[in-house]
Amino acid sequence: MTLALCLLIPAAGALAIAAAHRRPNLREAASLIAAAALFAAVVSLWWPVMAGERPSLTLGEILPGLALRLELEPLGLLFALIASGLWFVSGVYSIGYMRGNAETHQTRFFVCFALAIASAVGVALAGNLLTLYLFYEALTFVTYPLVTHHGDEQARRGGRTYLALLLVSSMLFLLPAMAITWWIGGTLDFTPGGILAGKVSGGAAAGLLALYAFGIGKAALMPLHRWLPAAMVAPTPVSALLHAVAVVKAGVFTVVKIVIYVFGPDFGTSAFAWLPWVAGFTIIAASIVALRADNLKRRLAYSTVSQLSYVVMAAALLAPLSLAGAVLHIAAHAFGKITLFFAAGAVYTAAHKTEVSQLDGLGRRMPWTFAAFGVGALSMIGLPPFAGFVSKWYMVAGALQAQHWAALGVIVASTLLNAGYFLPILYKAFFKPHSGPGSGKEAPWTMVAAMVTTAALTVLMFFWADLPLALARSLI
Amino acid sequence: MLEHLLALQVVLPLMAAPLIVLVRNRDFAWLATTAVSYVCLVIAIALFSRVAESGPLSYALGSWPPPWGIEYRADALSAFVLVLVSLTAAFVAPYAQRSIAAEVAPDRQYLMYAMYCLCLAGLLGITVTGDAFNLFVFLEISSLSTYVLIALGTRRKALVAAYQYMLMGTVGATLYVIGVGLLYLMTGTLNLADMAERLQAVDELRPVLAALAFITVGIGLKLALFPLHQWLPNAYAYAPSMATAFIAATATKVSVYVLLRFYFTVFDPAPIFERLPTREVFIALSVAAMVTASLIAVFEQDVKRLFAYSSVAQIGYITLGIGLENQASLTGSITHLLNHGVTKGAIFVLLGGVVLRAATPGVTVAGLAGLARRMPLTAFGLVIAGLSLIGVPGTAGFVSKWYLILGAIERGLWWLVLVIVATSLIAVAYVWRVVEAAYLRPSPDSGRREAPAGMLVAALAMAALCVYFGFDTSFSVGGAAEAAELLLRGTR
Repeated sequence: MTLALCLLIPAAGALAIAAAHRRPNLREAASLIAAAALFAAVVSLWWPVMAGERPSLTLGEILPGLALRLELEPLGLLFALIASGLWFVSGVYSIGYMRGNAETHQTRFFVCFALAIASAVGVALAGNLLTLYLFYEALTFVTYPLVTHHGDEQARRGGRTYLALLLVSSMLFLLPAMAITWWIGGTLDFTPGGILAGKVSGGAAAGLLALYAFGIGKAALMPLHRWLPAAMVAPTPVSALLHAVAVVKAGVFTVVKIVIYVFGPDFGTSAFAWLPWVAGFTIIAASIVALRADNLKRRLAYSTVSQLSYVVMAAALLAPLSLAGAVLHIAAHAFGKITLFFAAGAVYTAAHKTEVSQLDGLGRRMPWTFAAFGVGALSMIGLPPFAGFVSKWYMVAGALQAQHWAALGVIVASTLLNAGYFLPILYKAFFKPHSGPGSGKEAPWTMVAAMVTTAALTVLMFFWADLPLALARSLI
Repeated sequence: MLEHLLALQVVLPLMAAPLIVLVRNRDFAWLATTAVSYVCLVIAIALFSRVAESGPLSYALGSWPPPWGIEYRADALSAFVLVLVSLTAAFVAPYAQRSIAAEVAPDRQYLMYAMYCLCLAGLLGITVTGDAFNLFVFLEISSLSTYVLIALGTRRKALVAAYQYMLMGTVGATLYVIGVGLLYLMTGTLNLADMAERLQAVDELRPVLAALAFITVGIGLKLALFPLHQWLPNAYAYAPSMATAFIAATATKVSVYVLLRFYFTVFDPAPIFERLPTREVFIALSVAAMVTASLIAVFEQDVKRLFAYSSVAQIGYITLGIGLENQASLTGSITHLLNHGVTKGAIFVLLGGVVLRAATPGVTVAGLAGLARRMPLTAFGLVIAGLSLIGVPGTAGFVSKWYLILGAIERGLWWLVLVIVATSLIAVAYVWRVVEAAYLRPSPDSGRREAPAGMLVAALAMAALCVYFGFDTSFSVGGAAEAAELLLRGTR
């Protein structure tokens, strides 16, 4: 029942938003109410899931043996909590941003936003691979209007790259992978222990894993990462929620879900041996690109590419601690990166700056914004007392447990690179003198409030790490 | 009692046509066509549910028992196709009034309806008859009426398109009848079921092989099997919009039915099927259709031609399932008859609305700029149907594609899996040209002029069916799986 509500609330929210298109205040209220209601609904599922229940709901059989089915397990709960909770925060933020920048088509924006959340929650709650795939593809299509929001040539080109890469990966690799899984395993229901455990091995297993790993383009494994920087043509709240949280997290969530429930944690590392290397390469390469990017959002996008591969690499190690690290990093990166994007959007709204080189001295004029940015950046680097430290700790421990020294090396090297591309921004903002004209005000208060909230969450997750950890533990 | 419905299914539209010509009033013509379409749908559904319950129905025309007389017969496959044809007719005809009024000269409109009824009668007749020669007669009825329908198009090129189709269609029908003649020579019967039985005893293989070749090429022409598809793009592009919608959704599908009927009911039990590389040929031609026609669609400027080439590619999917020849692939093929019929029906009715509101008779991709602003519902319908064409999960197109992929895996043809998904990606490319134009290009004029309500309702209902058949497949896949089982039972 509650499961159905989790899908119906954002869908109904989208309808209400569309219906209230002539009255912006009512429309935004509908958006926030839907977000709050969804979050409450998801939170209410915490206790049953922690008690070991797996609430499920079959919505009907699409094909013989293949139902449209929802089933909530700890990993999905975590993703649903993040997506719904941050929807509210970014809803508040979007109101400030969209009005502050006098954007057009605001109703379409909020409707698609709500639908994107509905799709993301659908991905989180999916009880089998077919349902997951359905919502995964839906997420691609409902976010397309958000990416191409401005409707100009640049948006069209960005939208084309976005759609092309996501669909090429999902249709060319993920769909056949799913069909092969169905053919081998006879089911697509997520099974504890794995559908394929004991049914496929050797080169075939490695090949199937490759189809999955590259098929989930939303996880942005190189060379299929280009859609993510392309999507940065979107308004910043979209980059924040969707391309730091909902869409990319749907990607890595799917990867972890497939590792745990399709292959199974005890699958044997031989088929997985190649994946940490590809993910490790992505981490380092994307970090280097980020280091050289002057556009702030582009730098953040490549940082996301790199951080996503942390999750993929940790999951691919298959060690219990690294799996926990992967799960925790989904949450930690979400809080940190949304803060960073919020800050970037605030800088654009208040000062109309988009490049890193233009940020000199802005920190003293926009102290809240850059304080929040600092929190996000330090969390990305993995310093205490921020969320990033917790997940990185587990990933390091996992690499040790798996005795995968290369992975350990990648984590250490990329930490240095992270520091290399984030700290100069803070240095410029706080210590360089301000140059050139420009107003010296903070962004609208709704944006600042949203930013401070997510920054606070980043800190809180460090101190209350046992909550997400409890979810991660009950998985393994 | 129910057996009489088999005859009624064909007789009703067949009688409506001369009646319309006698009365010569376009309002009466519309009324009669609408009534006939709806009654045909009711009859088809009744037949389908009856067949699903208690097996095939047979009706001896004039009480001459088969194999001497003409037998009308409905089994799982033909009942399924009957529903497809009459469903499309019921969606298109009643809402065609405005579009036909705009595109056809007033004194010719009754003719349009008359031909429409004749075409419907022909297509239903092909599906329902159990007699090879009677099938030829209905094939000609439907073809001749289709030539007229196309020629009624507003642009002068419609005449060329109709002529082109007439030449190729006549060649196709001739080849078919030669093939049937050869079979008659060898078996002495025209009843399909009887022919199948007698073929098993035939030792002389060469004439039978020749018959197989004649019928394959003949029907291949009618169903636009690559590379015999040259007539199709022009025919679809220049016919009146409503004629295109109806023909695109039904005519090629019925020809596929004929092919299935001959391959699996008539030929397959005979030992010859194994002697020719029929499977390989079909797979090769289907792949060629899927790839080349999709690529042509990507670069086509005229929207109707774009979707016509898409049809050629989609027919490739259907024939691919025949070539793979297993339960999953045939289920995919037969499901795709319905799914693609509904999808293309929706698209062409929507395009009919666009043509109606456009200043020029042809609509190019560039001409769709700003469509979302001028005709928001039409544009949205095009997106939904387009997603189904691509095969996005949650739409009808996905379901058929899923079965085709399973069929290819079952045969161990991994490269074919790749081709199927890769051509879906090409479909993304051509569908997205339309979507981008409609949503992301500025409109030349900002007035909002939606298509007439009736057409819009019909088109959106079909678009809704695209989604519905993506979730509830008990009719589409259920019916198709049963038909596929029936076809394959003959081979084991």
